[in-house]
Amino acid sequence: MAHVLLIEDDVSVRDGMELVLRRHGYDVDTAATGEHALALLEGPAGAGVELAVLDLMLPGIDGFEVCRRLRATGSTLPVIMLTARGDDSDIVRGLEAGADDYVVKPVTAPVLEARIRAALRRAEPVRSARGEDHAGLVIDRAGLTVGKRGVPIALPPTELRLLLELSASPAHVFSREQLLQSVWEHGFLGDSRLVDAAVGRLRAKIEDVPARPRYIQTVRGFGYRFGPVR
Amino acid sequence: MRYRTRLRGLGGLRVRLVLAFVLVALVSAVTATALAYRESRTAVLQRKQDAVRTDFKNRVEQAAADFDVPADEVALTRLAGGVADGLGGEDTFVVATYRSRTATSDASADRSRITPELRAAVRTRNRMSFQRVERHGRPYLAIGTPVTFDGAAPSGLDVYAVTSMRAESEDTAGLLDAVRDGIVPVVLLAAVLALLAAGTVLRPVRELGRATRRHAAGDLGTRVRVRGRDELAALARDFNETAAALEASVAELREQDARAKRFVADVSHELRTPLTAMTMVATVLDEDADALPPDTAHAARTVSAETARLARLVDDLMEMSRFDSGAARLHLTATDLAEAVRTTLSLRALTGHVRTELPAGVRAMVDRRRVDVIVANLVGNALRHGAAPVTLALTTDPAGDWLTIEVADRGPGLPPEILAHVFDRFYKADTARTRSEGSGLGTAIALENARLHGGTIEAADRPGGGAVFTLRLPWRQVREESR
Repeated sequence: MAHVLLIEDDVSVRDGMELVLRRHGYDVDTAATGEHALALLEGPAGAGVELAVLDLMLPGIDGFEVCRRLRATGSTLPVIMLTARGDDSDIVRGLEAGADDYVVKPVTAPVLEARIRAALRRAEPVRSARGEDHAGLVIDRAGLTVGKRGVPIALPPTELRLLLELSASPAHVFSREQLLQSVWEHGFLGDSRLVDAAVGRLRAKIEDVPARPRYIQTVRGFGYRFGPVR
Repeated sequence: MRYRTRLRGLGGLRVRLVLAFVLVALVSAVTATALAYRESRTAVLQRKQDAVRTDFKNRVEQAAADFDVPADEVALTRLAGGVADGLGGEDTFVVATYRSRTATSDASADRSRITPELRAAVRTRNRMSFQRVERHGRPYLAIGTPVTFDGAAPSGLDVYAVTSMRAESEDTAGLLDAVRDGIVPVVLLAAVLALLAAGTVLRPVRELGRATRRHAAGDLGTRVRVRGRDELAALARDFNETAAALEASVAELREQDARAKRFVADVSHELRTPLTAMTMVATVLDEDADALPPDTAHAARTVSAETARLARLVDDLMEMSRFDSGAARLHLTATDLAEAVRTTLSLRALTGHVRTELPAGVRAMVDRRRVDVIVANLVGNALRHGAAPVTLALTTDPAGDWLTIEVADRGPGLPPEILAHVFDRFYKADTARTRSEGSGLGTAIALENARLHGGTIEAADRPGGGAVFTLRLPWRQVREESR
């Protein structure tokens, strides 16, 4: 089954999570510090890791910084933040740093596992093979690659899945709630900032001018749509 | 406030001071004038009277020396003329009588100015007598004397003189005029002085008033300027000292309150980490409970259930401390209210238990999560503490300013003593039930969520029985969103 990296400084929390996830069939690696986690991911053991559960409050470099450094290396590893406070500013900062989703401590095992499964599904290849060219933005649904004018763009699964979802129906307006359900598999009351943050990160990578997006456009009061690109 | 200020204008210090000053000025001016007038009038008239008497006496003695009794009319007339010439003065005449004969120096003069009383006084007392008489508003001095020759026996010759005292009277009247002319400026001056005095008194009073109002409005840092060393300055100093003491104790109370709230936040935060570990491993207990001996299984399930309860309580405490510290943020999204309420009910499997009136198409900018928390709490309480049927109605006001969600039940309603505390933290309506499913913070959190939106929740008794909770939220219309 899936290989998960737990980055958490508290021994009991780390052991508890490891215990439950192992029981439920996950391969679990653990790291007590951000530095250790980054070293592990860069090493040979890091290649097999499919998802990271990242505590934000860590000794040394904190979770935000771990996430930022990870993304800076071009890694598309799905990251679920574990926030102790649930403060709005923490969540926004974490999402901006590149996290795909978040859970608030104390989190129950079923909730954590549901989020892990959803994040992993986003990284699975789509079966329908189709290469599309949207005015220079080439989306290969089979190979799960995105490129712009011949230059490949590395997208973490959440952003990629969001782009695939939106571009599958150009000009169709998706509400944030719809996207939360289809991409994140959250219930009705997901945090729509997840969508806004992911859209922001995606725009920064695929748009020419992120402030005046051509591909992913905001529809006032409703949500987002892909194109139409002229 | 404005009305009271106007009232103060009429009965105020300024008017009272001016009235008092003017009254004092008037009373002292009038009293002084009256006394001075009386004294000077007496003195002037006395001097005139003395002068006339001396003159008269001398002239009569001179004239009587050439006079022989019994006398005829011619002699009498000459005597009167002689005396009159010596006396002189305006409007003066002399009358001489001897037995039944009478002669006057001026035939046209009004002899009634010599009254019978004066004549009687002269005859009976046998010496010089005076009388002041007034004729046609003019003052006269009438003087009469019997003429005696060589001894005390009256000769039967009486001489009277009447002289005008108009000049003297006018002199003293002039004094009155001067006072009358002078009193108006004096009163005006008094009024001006009163206004100045009122100003010096009123300025600090007004400043104190302003400062007091600022305090009432919550600005405890306000102080007044202390000027001079009078009673008002002492009052200002007392005010400043009181304000400083008040500010200090309020600051201390706030600090204590903030410390207490921070403590709760810190404790909750500290609880989260062990709770996370416990919550995680509780899953293992639940999963394996069936395989355990009955007692151990019961213990395992209890630990798991109570861990979940504790987690909810800590969640609520954290939420509450976010409101207390002002860290709670409103995250507005365009929301269809009917859909949001239906979602809330269906997520908690409450759809069948609530009769809803949800008009379609009511869209507003709200924080979905917070509205969900509020609606879930109100409906949950209605179902737990009230009786079926529980109704939920979404309405909008015609002006488009407010959204209202009313949750009502048909239970016993809320007694006043509970109504007053229904939004208090950890307040349990049913004292017999010491444990309930909720943390005891549900309604308090619901209210804070409503307030964060700029709205309210009101609790009341329904006229037909049962309780009704009304959530009112400002209706923020859906408009342009940021990109």
